[in-house]
Amino acid sequence: MENSEAKQEFNITVYTENQIGLLNRIAIIFTRRKINIDSLNTSPSEVESIHRFNIVITEWEDVVRKLCRQIEKQVEVLKVYYHTNEDVIWQEMALYKVSTDVIAEKVSVERLLRENGARVVVLRKDYTVFETTGHREETDNLISILQPYGLIEFVRSARVAIIKDSEGFNSKIREFERLEPGEDVVENEFLNKGDKVFTM
Amino acid sequence: MEVAQQETLALAAEKEAVEVSGSVALLEALIIEGVETIFGYPGGAIMPIYDALYDYNEKLQHILVRHEQGGIHAGQGYARTSGKVGVVFATSGPGATNLVTGLADAQIDSTPLVCITGQVFAHLLGTDAFQETDVINITTPVTKWNYQVTDANELPEVIAKAFYIAKSGRPGPVLIDITKNAQIQKFQFKGYTPCDHIRSYRPKPIVRPQYIQQAAELINQAKKPFVIWGQGVILGSAEQEFKTFIEKSGIPAAWTILGAGAIPTEHPLNVGMLGMHGNYGPNVLTNDCDVLIAIGMRFDDRVTGRLDKYAKQAKVIHLDIDPAEIDKNVKSTVPVWGDCKETLPLLTQLVEQKQHTEWVHKFNDYTRQEVEQVINAELNPTSGEMTMGEVIKQLNDITKGEAVIVTDVGQHQMVACRYAKFNNTRSNVTSGGLGTMGFALPAAIGAKFGAKDRTVVAIIGDGGFQMTIQELGTIMQSKVDVKIIILNNRFLGMVRQWQELFNEKRYSFVDIQSPDFVAVAAAYGIAGKAISDREDLPGALQEMINNKGSFLLEVFVTKENNVFPMVPQGCSVSEIRLK
Repeated sequence: MENSEAKQEFNITVYTENQIGLLNRIAIIFTRRKINIDSLNTSPSEVESIHRFNIVITEWEDVVRKLCRQIEKQVEVLKVYYHTNEDVIWQEMALYKVSTDVIAEKVSVERLLRENGARVVVLRKDYTVFETTGHREETDNLISILQPYGLIEFVRSARVAIIKDSEGFNSKIREFERLEPGEDVVENEFLNKGDKVFTM
Repeated sequence: MEVAQQETLALAAEKEAVEVSGSVALLEALIIEGVETIFGYPGGAIMPIYDALYDYNEKLQHILVRHEQGGIHAGQGYARTSGKVGVVFATSGPGATNLVTGLADAQIDSTPLVCITGQVFAHLLGTDAFQETDVINITTPVTKWNYQVTDANELPEVIAKAFYIAKSGRPGPVLIDITKNAQIQKFQFKGYTPCDHIRSYRPKPIVRPQYIQQAAELINQAKKPFVIWGQGVILGSAEQEFKTFIEKSGIPAAWTILGAGAIPTEHPLNVGMLGMHGNYGPNVLTNDCDVLIAIGMRFDDRVTGRLDKYAKQAKVIHLDIDPAEIDKNVKSTVPVWGDCKETLPLLTQLVEQKQHTEWVHKFNDYTRQEVEQVINAELNPTSGEMTMGEVIKQLNDITKGEAVIVTDVGQHQMVACRYAKFNNTRSNVTSGGLGTMGFALPAAIGAKFGAKDRTVVAIIGDGGFQMTIQELGTIMQSKVDVKIIILNNRFLGMVRQWQELFNEKRYSFVDIQSPDFVAVAAAYGIAGKAISDREDLPGALQEMINNKGSFLLEVFVTKENNVFPMVPQGCSVSEIRLK
């Protein structure tokens, strides 16, 4: 059944407590099943003391659903969602370090910036750092443009994604209600009351 | 005097903070959590806790085991018979790593445990200090939750969380690693409040009335409904609710190995055991029923056999407390989220009072065939060497189904679970999911501490017994009364059976030699007897049960007997073989 459709990229969003060791607890859910994590981003969320993970994997939906249930089972995980690429707006950020001399001499910097939606973050005598954000193809594209001019260093961030649905996660949960154990999970009454709950 | 003062320490601390060490706070917390027995083994990094324990001798009973694995299996046995959280102490490094097998066992069999391990001083973490090991990361995959305490101020809350997590929802093992400095550190102890809520943790899903409704409709329309139940019924203390449900709906019910005993073996709707070595009818008719109602069980591969040929004709209703179990292995038609203690009565209300006489007869027909072709020869042989089955049968005759039966892993385990009679819940203690050889002897010790008024009989193979044989020392020292039956077939029997059936009798390293077990027991001051003649069996079993204190009975059984029926690996449950 799960093989009738091809594997595709899924964006898994995990809301968690900020707890040492939780990253490992979540990571081993994938590694135990020999599933590679394509991209992993974790940072504080909009809610005080709650962290948000964005995890990208390439799998069948059936597998992803089971993985999400296993993640949600972890004590310090508040909620897990998954989405296809069509359901989310996502970005990766990239930094490019190039020699200022070379770039100033041989490249039309203005055109480069405009065409790639890039900006200059640092401008020094010895080097310049460009920054751009976008999908993988877009950040890749700027690599190939800068490569002939002696790219000194390149780094790309993990993916961050936000869902397209205007109501955000609140409405999303109703969609897969059939598969959810409880209706009230997202409206966790303790979510904004860090002082009234068991924390350490 | 010292102890009397301690009695009110936690209470006094609630009024006015008291300065105590982390170790004392830990022990105070254990007392408030209702802990009576701790299984443990001291060592360098846990010495401050053991030093504090010296003054708590009268309130907390500490059982000194002979190996940390024995300690944790004892904790499991204790939890399984008492329904309480088992508590285990071990030191850092090797002490902690010796817990891993037991943690994995408790995790897969949902056994509530709180394990406390000592750890090196916080400032030595990561320096490869003596007996330092990364216990938190080693145990993460095999614990429901774990946490490292480096400051005594954290201790009361962490211990409260540990107990709450271990016992709530789907239970499981929790490990708390406490650095030596936190054990020693004096801090302002403000009393101990048990935990009843963690914001990121929902122990039970919310019950959805519409699914109860849908499930009841399916059940009411069913012509051939079949209930399969697991340990969830026992863990949820829902035995009575379960019995009422099947009695009203008149549905035949079969059990997984860990579900055994939730209703009495002799109950007319109890049609037997599921799975690879389960009964004939329940396996065959899984592929014949029209509605399959799974209650507190997780469709383990040993139960389902080949998944793509498992109950494909049936609509599946799955009741489980753990959302991750729903649709994990078998796709459900109706998922009934929730604690079966709550969902079963709701379902019972909506189902019609019925009797499925013809359908139940069908199970009985298969039972007759199984009795003729397998069971009779196993339980009532008249010639040749003794069988494992007849030992269990004669034990039933003496204990009348009232004993706690603890089994190890292998052929004797399958035979014991198939044939042992259980009148009561929490009577069957075995390593189901992990299949841990060496489980039974220490688990039986714990089981007895968890059910002091009951007779505890450990049934163990000659292989598994040698894996944790050192726990005879624990029996000797703690004077716990455990009856031990070794079913000795001079083989690692289950592997031998597979080699016979599937590897052309290439008996590769299954021929195991054993010491004189009775002499070993005697060296530990434990009475014993070895028998190989059928006529000695009833008397020897009686002698064992009547003996004041522990007793080891070694029964030499036939060497190359096979456990049947059997669903060969990769086959469907309906392809179960009687020979």
